[in-house]
Amino acid sequence: MSITVRIPTPLRTLTEGEDEVSVEGGNVAQVIDALEAAHPGLKDRLVDDKGVRRFVNLYANDEDIRFLDGLETPLADGDTLSIIPAIAGG
Amino acid sequence: MRHRRIESIVDAVGHTPMVRLRSLERETPEVEIYLKLEYANPGGSVKDRPARQMMLDAIADGRLTKDRVLIDSTSGNTGVAYSLFGAALGYRVQLVMPENVSQARKDITRAFGTELVFSDPMEGSDGAIRHCKALVEAEPSHYFYPDQYSNASNPKAHFLGTGAEILEQVGDRITHFVTGLGTSGTMMGTTRRLKQHSRPITCVAVEPAQPFHGLEGLKHMGSSIVPPIFDPALPDELLPVETEDGWDMSDRLAADEGLHVGHSTGANVFGALTLARRIGRGCVVTLAPDRGDRYFAPLRWEKHYEW
Ligand SMILES: Cc1ncc(COP(=O)(O)O)c(C=O)c1O
Repeated sequence: MSITVRIPTPLRTLTEGEDEVSVEGGNVAQVIDALEAAHPGLKDRLVDDKGVRRFVNLYANDEDIRFLDGLETPLADGDTLSIIPAIAGG
Repeated sequence: MRHRRIESIVDAVGHTPMVRLRSLERETPEVEIYLKLEYANPGGSVKDRPARQMMLDAIADGRLTKDRVLIDSTSGNTGVAYSLFGAALGYRVQLVMPENVSQARKDITRAFGTELVFSDPMEGSDGAIRHCKALVEAEPSHYFYPDQYSNASNPKAHFLGTGAEILEQVGDRITHFVTGLGTSGTMMGTTRRLKQHSRPITCVAVEPAQPFHGLEGLKHMGSSIVPPIFDPALPDELLPVETEDGWDMSDRLAADEGLHVGHSTGANVFGALTLARRIGRGCVVTLAPDRGDRYFAPLRWEKHYEW
């Protein structure tokens, strides 16, 4: 189950500048754990002990995971998980 | 001033009210805390001030003419302001925004006849800046590109307006001024005016504590394209605020003060309260850049993402 994860600019310091990384996992939670294993520090930016941080937007393909099954949202081989940044100044 | 009769909506900018935050002062009895309500501007945000100034200055010296299209990159609030004044003054406006700006901002700007161009959501606001620059470079004579990040009229609006008004409102008591950094126009212009005052005023810049944050409108300078108008030597202090603290403060302002504000206001007020606790005695002023209704998320059956 190879999942493509799209990394926004402010998190690329944790992925050696890569804007896309591939990890294994059958749902969003597993993909986040795999991300943490490959790029330590990423998990903390995305989730806290209550789940996905309130301001973090995760999209499974084109759908906000809030409107799916949250961290339990299933992902299949070839799917994309996008981490969308907030809008900065201006 | 707000009850006067005016000739055009362009004249309705500024002279915003300042409200005392009594519920917060209970935690810091010797410190007065004031919030200047920039959402009372006609376009609903602080960005009416710089947008108006950039347009009027450019019209005055011939950079903005009717045969050119005004284009800029914006997270939304500056775009709403350009669109409103463009409609009122008769200039065409085109905006570059990251695809993931809220539906409200897209709808509001389009209502004024503005044309929207979307940039890659993964590249954030810096992606919008680069996309906009590329469009202008391809057709320079077609556009007027104010570039709010490098335009001196942006801080000038706050020097002439925001800063001067704060002194009119609380010049006899203010000891500290706090506000967040986006383009940094508010911080730069207001601080320059406050520093001219006869009594010393400490000016503190709030910034998101993390590069990846949820304080819309604010920039984490260390990880972004630094705006040319930003002078890092001007603020007396840089105060990092966590997204969660800003969000919680926005909720608290709605529940306890009847102020439904955006998250950058929450961050500003959290910064003001942090400072108030630390100084123990004084008068802290901060700003509410916009209202909370700009950030309502679409409901499941309303949303439609194209990217
Ligand atoms: C909601 C909001 N807060 C704060 C700011 C920051 O203001 P400035 O650009 O003057 O630094 C902006 C705009 O940039 C904004 O839209």
